[in-house]
Amino acid sequence: MIWQIDFWLLVILIITALVALSVHDLLAAVAALAAYSFFVALLFSQMGAIDVAFVEATLGAGISGVLFIVALFLTRRRSED
Amino acid sequence: MIKQHYQSIIVQTICSLLIPFIQLFALYVIFHGHYGPGGGFQGGVLLAVSIILQRLYLGTKIAHPKFPPKLTMAFAAVGLLIYGLAGIIPMAYGASFLDYGSLPLFWVHDAELRALGILIVEIGIGLGVFGTLVLIFDNLVGERW
Amino acid sequence: MRWLNALIMLLFVALMLYATVGLPDHADPQAPANVHVSPTYIEDTIEDTHTPNVVTSVLADYRGYDTLGETIVIFTAGLACVLILMKRKGNDKATLSKHHRSDYM
Repeated sequence: MIWQIDFWLLVILIITALVALSVHDLLAAVAALAAYSFFVALLFSQMGAIDVAFVEATLGAGISGVLFIVALFLTRRRSED
Repeated sequence: MIKQHYQSIIVQTICSLLIPFIQLFALYVIFHGHYGPGGGFQGGVLLAVSIILQRLYLGTKIAHPKFPPKLTMAFAAVGLLIYGLAGIIPMAYGASFLDYGSLPLFWVHDAELRALGILIVEIGIGLGVFGTLVLIFDNLVGERW
Repeated sequence: MRWLNALIMLLFVALMLYATVGLPDHADPQAPANVHVSPTYIEDTIEDTHTPNVVTSVLADYRGYDTLGETIVIFTAGLACVLILMKRKGNDKATLSKHHRSDYM
């Protein structure tokens, strides 16, 4: 357990979460959410939970991004608030 | 929405090269779950990703006959049925629910039989997750099928 | 109102940081989660199931009932998507994509 890697992964995690919340272009928000899932997967694998990291990388960064983009395709791209 | 295929020779070539390797890796993840990271859930998601990638770059007009959307619900139900039968069949042999040590496969014994039961259950989970995710994608895209 | 929201969020962050002080250390063998049933699983998994990956044997064998429920939840989610979103014959006007036509992709 190396605390520098943990610390910087957590910092990038918070930055990607804030970007996903605050950006008005929803496609960019989906990309930031996928990056968030990928950094969560890195954090899990750094803690030694490889199976959970695998699920997070495939589901969070793979499938859910595709489903969000399809749902975005059917509605509007700009966020109102 | 995505009736036509993607108009780029680079994307088509790369996707058609990538899909068999994704499916092979998914099968590896399912069947190697006893010894490494992975299992039915992750392998099912990877299989679903390969089919969804095919739908995205070929367009639904060509890709739906290759893997019919009506088959996906059958896959999901069959996966859940495999899991349920692996739970119920031991009850008929006097053991408790989901006790793989009593499955009626007589050429393997105690611990080996439990490992085989885990493999059967992982295949069930993989089929179920694969069918369900492709089903959600097909219905969300909204093409008639 | 904005400042009240920010104040509540800051108080929540302080509460969570205070709560993390009481958690056991990372990978502490004496933590309460690691002394109850985990040693039995880790020691007996090879003998019971011939499966070196403890996560797989716990998920599919020792706790198979949980995984059955999880699979049922996923299947139910898929069924709900089908029932809500499926296009039936002669029902084209009620679909989502006709009302909210996207013009950018």
